[in-house]
Amino acid sequence: MAIFSVYVVNKAGGLIYQLDHYAPRADTEKTFSFPLDLVLRPHDERIVVAFGQRDGIRVGHAVLAINGAEVNGRFTADGKDVLEFLGNPANYPVSIRFGRHRLSSNEKLMLASMFHSLFAIGSQLSPEVGSSGIEMLETDTFKLHCFQTLTGIKFMVLADPRQTGIDALLRKIYEIYSDFALKNPFYSLEMPIRCELFDQNLKLALEVAEKAGPFGPGS
Amino acid sequence: MSRSPGRKQENHKISRELFVLTYGALVAQLCKDYEKDEDVNACLDRMGYSIGIRLIDDFLARSAVKRCRSYSETADMIAQVAFKMYLGVTPSVSCNSAMGNEFSLILDKNPLVDFVEELPAERASLCYCNLLCGVIRGALEMVHLAAEVTFLQDRLKGDAVTEIGITFLRKPEDRKHKRN
Repeated sequence: MAIFSVYVVNKAGGLIYQLDHYAPRADTEKTFSFPLDLVLRPHDERIVVAFGQRDGIRVGHAVLAINGAEVNGRFTADGKDVLEFLGNPANYPVSIRFGRHRLSSNEKLMLASMFHSLFAIGSQLSPEVGSSGIEMLETDTFKLHCFQTLTGIKFMVLADPRQTGIDALLRKIYEIYSDFALKNPFYSLEMPIRCELFDQNLKLALEVAEKAGPFGPGS
Repeated sequence: MSRSPGRKQENHKISRELFVLTYGALVAQLCKDYEKDEDVNACLDRMGYSIGIRLIDDFLARSAVKRCRSYSETADMIAQVAFKMYLGVTPSVSCNSAMGNEFSLILDKNPLVDFVEELPAERASLCYCNLLCGVIRGALEMVHLAAEVTFLQDRLKGDAVTEIGITFLRKPEDRKHKRN
């Protein structure tokens, strides 16, 4: 039972707050000998596995580290191109760590704006008049819950699909936002939230929601 | 409306007198700072506006009310829920215009003027509670309702009752395109 992350998006679609509460890290490190039986290819600024899924190394995983040293995008720690390095039999045996790459803050900003637009499109596409935007997005590994206030702020929570009580948690986050962000006289509206009290109380609320488990919160 | 267990102060009520005194001190200081009544009124309205834009989310979070479907529902909500929640009084609502976009809130009890009997002679056109007008205006703006809020009658100026007039500016047809 876990809550993975919380996003707060302002009226214009900009991300003003983001918290990664729990990330199920599934890194796999293995030693390989030449030739490499995985097919690797560059994607964005990373090297990802295109084919050859095995042993916990899935398609889409990125190369995170070679021989213990973290890679820097497409280059190893000492500046060599990763694909060239792995194409040279002299460098083997080599130990490579694969895993799902963490989102950078720019990527999170982009994705939040994209979701803001999709939320609006959702309400326009709906055959029912006056329906809300996307309230829940369900996949087999997580559920994304979204709550938009009447003032246009969106609170999004990504959680385990079995986690219940998220609706109450979203309302609780709204209360915490209205208390510790809005009532802070030095916080400007629509700007990124940098309030310690907001962080602390949000983490507390997430813990309470997680402890309640699959049966929902007690109160 | 109870606070979460995380908050250290439980039901820490601040005295009403302190709030009324603070407001009085604020108005008194503004009167010292500005000569003209219009300037004091404008300043109070601006302050109220910045309170209103923040207070609306607190109101919506705590009262969990649904979106109002008409101007009269909105006016009723302001009088019966919001005023009750924040000032402990419930003004009565009346509709002023045939078009249905002008309303009056008539307050027979106003906690802010508990200790004020009348305005001084040189401050005859001061709207003592103009902060409230700014609060209502700011709060409505954040839920995409443009409104003009003024004092139509004021007991402190010798009128029979205190009356706040709310005039909704945008036509209801515009709301079709707004997000729910």
